[in-house]
This record gives sequence, structure tokens and C-alpha cells, in this order.
Amino acid sequence: MQKYRCQVCNYVYDPVLGDPDGNIKPGTPFDKLPDNWVCPLCGAGKEEFEKV
Amino acid sequence: MKTQLIKKDIYWTGVIDWSVRNFHGHTYTTGRGTTYNSYLILDERIALVDTVYGPFASELIENIRAVCDPARIDYIIANHVETDHSGALPAVLKLCPKAKVVGTQKCREGLYKHYYCDMDFQVVKTGDTINLGKKTLTFIEAPMIHWPDSMFTYCPEEKLLMPNDAFGQHYADAKRFDDEVPEGILMDEAVKYYANILWPLGALILKKIEELRKMDLYIDMIAPSHGIIWRRDPGKIVNAYVSWAKQETIPRVVVVYETMWGATERMARLMVKGLMDAGVDAGLFDVNRADRTEIVKEMLGAKAFMFGSSTHDNDMLPNIAGFLEALKGLKPKNRMACAFGSFGWGGGAVSNIENIIAGSGIEISQPAFACKYMPDKEETVRCYEFGRAFGEKVLSG
Repeated sequence: MQKYRCQVCNYVYDPVLGDPDGNIKPGTPFDKLPDNWVCPLCGAGKEEFEKV
Repeated sequence: MKTQLIKKDIYWTGVIDWSVRNFHGHTYTTGRGTTYNSYLILDERIALVDTVYGPFASELIENIRAVCDPARIDYIIANHVETDHSGALPAVLKLCPKAKVVGTQKCREGLYKHYYCDMDFQVVKTGDTINLGKKTLTFIEAPMIHWPDSMFTYCPEEKLLMPNDAFGQHYADAKRFDDEVPEGILMDEAVKYYANILWPLGALILKKIEELRKMDLYIDMIAPSHGIIWRRDPGKIVNAYVSWAKQETIPRVVVVYETMWGATERMARLMVKGLMDAGVDAGLFDVNRADRTEIVKEMLGAKAFMFGSSTHDNDMLPNIAGFLEALKGLKPKNRMACAFGSFGWGGGAVSNIENIIAGSGIEISQPAFACKYMPDKEETVRCYEFGRAFGEKVLSG
């Protein structure tokens, strides 16, 4: 599954892991994240992410 | 005078680092030194907002003692992990047996990874408050402004925002307030600080300022963790941040070059004449003689850049390469650029400069101009015309 990188802080969203602290289950693809999801490291919005 | 009252029962207990000339390693030149600001709030419960850089711990403790016995401190607010604000924390904590450290979860983790000591820590989130008696403190998380742990502290009763590294400047002075120092110097240092530290974080800064506006905070003083406190017109620095974060620019071209035997320098000087004749504002900087962080300051408000280098080992020279790498990290947006330089045989500098420009997301608005050895009569004219044409593009675009 496609990983995405936060251009602000370099955090990588890995769909295999999800974002458990943000209530995102493992296996959730990036484009299925809710619109209000933000980078767990720096708070940047989804629009700040780019494909790895 | 060790401390200074900045608001009713709120003291500046920070220290002035008059002599520092290179800040966090060699990433930022501090020609005017800096200050590490710490604020002590006296109330039924006593709070210290931020500490200072470790080597100045004893001076901070002296300053606190001039106001109250450190053992009486109930809270130490840690707005930011970075060692210039937390370095003195372990030493101060030894004198404050009942003090709780207050900060974000990331601050808690970060402090542990710096000092490996246990602290009585209270994690706070945006909107959480601590009641000191007559005054309260409200916390606003500010991740990546400029570290993941960053936080602002607001005291509504005093209309005071303590945003740590946001709105700061590296500016050592005996005076504490914006209305006591020359405005030109103050803004110059504020621009340099934003350009070198916060430039890549503009999108988050805009969101945070919008969030603060929605919270309807009434602010009549902004007390950052470095430099001078804004009280005459705190809105001025906030509006300046909005403008910089939106990447607003003026028609100005900053030309940065590195030269071996003077050919690229000659080209650069001719191009600047062309820029000036086109009627666009311009500045010329030799990357080996000007200070990198000063050049970056000049670039923040400039619409366009020109980068020049001689070719050496089929590539640009090493110091302009380092400069462009640093610029890439600052992620300038809505800019125009072009490359130029001299070569002897195979060339390579200008195409590699163009690659870095393109990789930085900056528009290449004019194909590069390269010249073999020294410019001849015709190439001299072409250099001038190159500058003039670029200047006209900048003015019209």
C-alpha cells in the first residue's frame, strides 16, 4: 500500500500501521483517512502530504 | 537590576547572551547576540514560564531569587523542549521541590530524551488552564512552530501571550520592550529570525494565527522567548507573520553567486546593472563573503532569485551548492529564478543549479546563461541583457 510523507516534518504515514493514536485502524489507505485527519507529529493537514 | 516587571506581578527573569555569535551550531549567525527569556508569575501559586540555556542556569536562579524563593514555585511551564529554553530546567528543579513541569505530551517525551531525569510532569492540551489564584494560564499547542512539542501560554487576566520561539528575534539589548529600541533594527532581526527558522512552516503558522483569532484572545503584549517584548503594537508582528507566511513579496531580485577567478562575478555585476535599468530592486551577494543567514533574510521578501557559479569538477562550486541545499529546506514558494555562470570546457554548473532550483519548487523563469572563460564584448552585452530581461519578467509577473 502507498505510503505518504508529511512535507512539513517528514513523518511517513504507513497504511499498514495506520495511526492508532488518531483512531485510524491498521490497513487504512491514505485516501480513506477522514478529511480532518492531521499529521500525528506536527498537525499538518492531509494536503501537506506527498507520495513516498 | 536583575529582573524587570513586565506586567502586574509578572517578572522577566531571563538572561542576556551578549556574546553568542553562532546559534544552534553554525546554522544562524547572531551578530547582535540573543536573550533567553523566562517569566516568573507571582500569585497564590507561583509559575515560571520557560527557563534558559544551560550555561546560564545560575544567572536565572539568581534572577528568580531576586523575586522569590525558588522553593515556592508551584509550576514550571515548559513551552518548548529545545535546550536554549530547557537547559537550566534540571538545575532549577532541584531548588523547587514542589514544582510540577507543565507542557505537551511531546514535550514530556522530549525533555526525558534530553535530560534523562524524572520530573513531576503535567501534560496539557489546547484549552487546558491552570488557576494560579488571581491569574490563570491557558495553553495552546503549537506543533511545528517550530518543534512538535511547541506550545504557547496565554494569561487572559493580563492579556499576555507567551508564544516561546514564535515572534522572537535574536537581539541582545539592555532594554526589554519594542518601544525602547530602534524599530528598524528590531524588525530586521524579526525578519531574519522568521526567514531562517520559520520560513518552511508558513502553512502551519497561518492556521495557528487563524485559530488564535477564532479563540478571541485579547492580547496587548507578546512576550517571546528570544529578544524584545512586543507591547506598543503586538498586531504589527502578527500581521508581518501573516504576510511572510503567505509568501508575499515585492519585485526585488536577490543575486547570489560564487566565483573562482572573477568571471562569474563580472557576469553577476553586469546582470545587476541590467536589473537596475529594468527598474527592479536588486541585491548582490558573494556567498563566500556575505553571511548565509543574512542572505536568506534578504530573500524572504524578494520575488526572484538569480544564482551564479563557475564550473569546477563539472559542477557548481561547493559553497553555492551548500547554500542552495539550505535554501531548498526553507521551501520558498511563488518565486522566480534563473541561473548563470562561467565555465572552461565541459560546463555543468548552470544545469545543476537549474536542477536544484526545479527540485526546490521554484519556477525557472528564464533559461540559464553560461559563458566560456571571461565574457567578451558581445557576451558582456548579453549578460546585461540577461539581467534586464529577467528584471522585466519580475516586474510583469
